[in-house]
Amino acid sequence: MLQKRIIVCLDVKNGRTTKGIKFQNNIDIGDPVAMAELYYHQGVDELVFYDITASTEKRSIMIDVVRRVAEKIFIPFSVGGGIGSLQDMKQVIMAGAEKVSVNSLAVKKPEIITEGALHFGSQCIVVGMDVKKDADMESGYRIVIHGGRTPVDLDALSWAKEVERRGAGEIVLNSIDADGTKDGYELNLTRMISESVGIPVVASGGAGIPQHLIDVFKEGKADAALIASMVHLDGFTVGEIKKEIEKAGIPVRM
Amino acid sequence: MKIGVVDYKAGNLKSVETALKYLKANFIISGNSRDLAGCGKIIFPGVGEALSAMNVLNKSGLAAFMKNSFASDIPILGICLGSQIVLDTSDENNAVCLGLVPGRAVRFTKTSGLKIPHMGWNQVEIIRDHYIFNGVPDNSSFYFVHSYYPAPQSSNDVVAVTEYGKTFSSVFTSRNLVAVQFHPEKSGETGLQMLLNFIKH
Repeated sequence: MLQKRIIVCLDVKNGRTTKGIKFQNNIDIGDPVAMAELYYHQGVDELVFYDITASTEKRSIMIDVVRRVAEKIFIPFSVGGGIGSLQDMKQVIMAGAEKVSVNSLAVKKPEIITEGALHFGSQCIVVGMDVKKDADMESGYRIVIHGGRTPVDLDALSWAKEVERRGAGEIVLNSIDADGTKDGYELNLTRMISESVGIPVVASGGAGIPQHLIDVFKEGKADAALIASMVHLDGFTVGEIKKEIEKAGIPVRM
Repeated sequence: MKIGVVDYKAGNLKSVETALKYLKANFIISGNSRDLAGCGKIIFPGVGEALSAMNVLNKSGLAAFMKNSFASDIPILGICLGSQIVLDTSDENNAVCLGLVPGRAVRFTKTSGLKIPHMGWNQVEIIRDHYIFNGVPDNSSFYFVHSYYPAPQSSNDVVAVTEYGKTFSSVFTSRNLVAVQFHPEKSGETGLQMLLNFIKH
């Protein structure tokens, strides 16, 4: 039986892992390569690296991180942030990433999804969606970009269907409302999107305790769950989290 | 013994390369059958679409090279797309494949709740002894990404099975070829163990 995936997300700035709230007050929490190795040995299923370095000239630092991670860990990982073109996608894939993730770029230039899928295969193309509750939208949720700061005229549900149609292989669904709260994932949103598309949906935003992951798998129908501060700062190990999930009767890789 | 990794422009071979380097294997990656001719073992990886892969293999002479290698009992490890196109045909754009092993690649049928591609970690149940599983516990999990699955004609060829909507052959063998549908190079320490088994055999 296909197992639910636990994915650890690392925000990388100038070659260091950082943790901050909405891209502000970032604190240095370690070397991304050493952290990737640690989580790999704890049994994480996949990793995501988001490059939050502001300047494009420091792009090579991130590529170097990707290359060093690929030499040490033998599980899939994706890279997002700062992807502006097919050439950027190629660079991270050639450095050893399994997938590339696009977010704001996909909204501004949706054809990049199709072009990426044609060049590298759908399985390589992840679309990140930042979503905010909005009663004016048909599904009740609106797409926002630039880390949640800029609302756009896109309904979250119709956008999810569109990215699938354009060839995305996976959706990372981040709830801006739940992000940073540690109160749990937004279950209604996750279930609505996951049940409406035929590609895997990764839930993101709001995880604080292992029960939140159990909830998002059972009630949210997520295929995978993204975590960050739980393991970076709050002292949980991936192994402990997986044990809790397994105890709840959910198939995970032990 | 030198391993030849066949590059037929189907997907990215970076992760196979880094895994083999990590395992200190003696290998080359090439799309030229003359370079590959001196190798004692062959890894046949690949991600992508069957018909365009077969076009590249036929035009480059690599199809003939694969058939000769198989017939002369050179150990071959097929991975992902490389485990499908060793069969007679693929339902993917009705590709005529290498025909090393009787059988075809079949598309998963869309049923409720079943997402395609089959992507993520899934368990592999060993049903027949094979050196490729030395030191690998039964029902270990491996990383899969695929929309078609291999269906070898003879059940005698099946080494291991996996369940996704239905039970399919995730590992099969014929003569000195062993074909795995998942990605051992992305399946953590158990995956590396399998690659090591192939390197050392």
